[in-house]
Amino acid sequence: MTRRRLDATRQQALSVSLATGAYGLSFGALSVAAGLDVWQTCALSLLVFSGGSQFAFIGVIGAGGNPFSAVATSTFLGLRNGFYGVGLAPVLRPMHGWRRAAAAQVTIDESTAVALAQPAEDPDARRTGFWWTGAGVFVAWNAITLLGALLGSRIGDPRDWGLDAAAAAAFLALVWPRLAHRRAQAVAAASSVLALALTPVVPAGLPVLAAATVAIVAGWGHPRPEEVPE
Amino acid sequence: MSAYAWMWVAIVAAGLLSWATKLAGHAVPEAWLENPRVHRIAAFVTVALLSALVGVQTFASGRTLVVDARLAAIAVAAVLLWRRAPFIVVVAVAAAVAAGLRALGWG
Repeated sequence: MTRRRLDATRQQALSVSLATGAYGLSFGALSVAAGLDVWQTCALSLLVFSGGSQFAFIGVIGAGGNPFSAVATSTFLGLRNGFYGVGLAPVLRPMHGWRRAAAAQVTIDESTAVALAQPAEDPDARRTGFWWTGAGVFVAWNAITLLGALLGSRIGDPRDWGLDAAAAAAFLALVWPRLAHRRAQAVAAASSVLALALTPVVPAGLPVLAAATVAIVAGWGHPRPEEVPE
Repeated sequence: MSAYAWMWVAIVAAGLLSWATKLAGHAVPEAWLENPRVHRIAAFVTVALLSALVGVQTFASGRTLVVDARLAAIAVAAVLLWRRAPFIVVVAVAAAVAAGLRALGWG
């Protein structure tokens, strides 16, 4: 572990936290528009804390669906977070009690991505990436949700600030160092194409989950060790 | 119970289920994690999930696929990564490219 590496990790954690947290503004505004009050909107961000699930929840409510189909959709879209926990377990263990409870709550796309993007031989950097991104997104997402709920429709579109492209670029930057070998490149291409092919036909969140099947196929056989990304 | 109260029940239920799903992943038995096949799959899962997120975040607009300012931004980001630019520069330039193109009325 070097100080330089940890500084780079924290820099990633903070930029991802801000870019993601900014989306809380549209969540807050859309949730109030869908008919929830400010307290309910903030409770969703605190308790559910998974962007895709929350947008799905208020989407169902806003379309006139009943609260229990909102719960089912939200839970379904959150299933991928369970797989993230499996991937993070070797990095974060041993972990018990409150620490595990807190780690579970901040196990999301961004904290997992930043943690696993750090070199495997540097577990300190991986843990730092997880906790800094998890805590950073949690604080930013909840604070900015409240702001969005209070401002309602008076705010602009985060797309005007290019924040959607910033999120795409952040994910690309995180996967980039893992694409050294052809097998990893093939997995990247196949999962991207599969997710896009499924986007028009299945609910949001599932295309990304389905991409995990590409990884199962790639890892099931016996690739040479140097072909397995760290 | 009022509709308002039921909404609160749904919010708390969604929160508990979300947390339980996340916790379940952290609680898998140690023996599973030591299996080399599980190790290999986990390594590829990271690449697969991140690549899927790049694709969806670049082309998806709700459930339709579109080509817009994000594609130009991600192309610039790829060039910067190839030139070994720092993470924060890649992210900031991508946002600026998309915002700039949209300000000019495209995408």
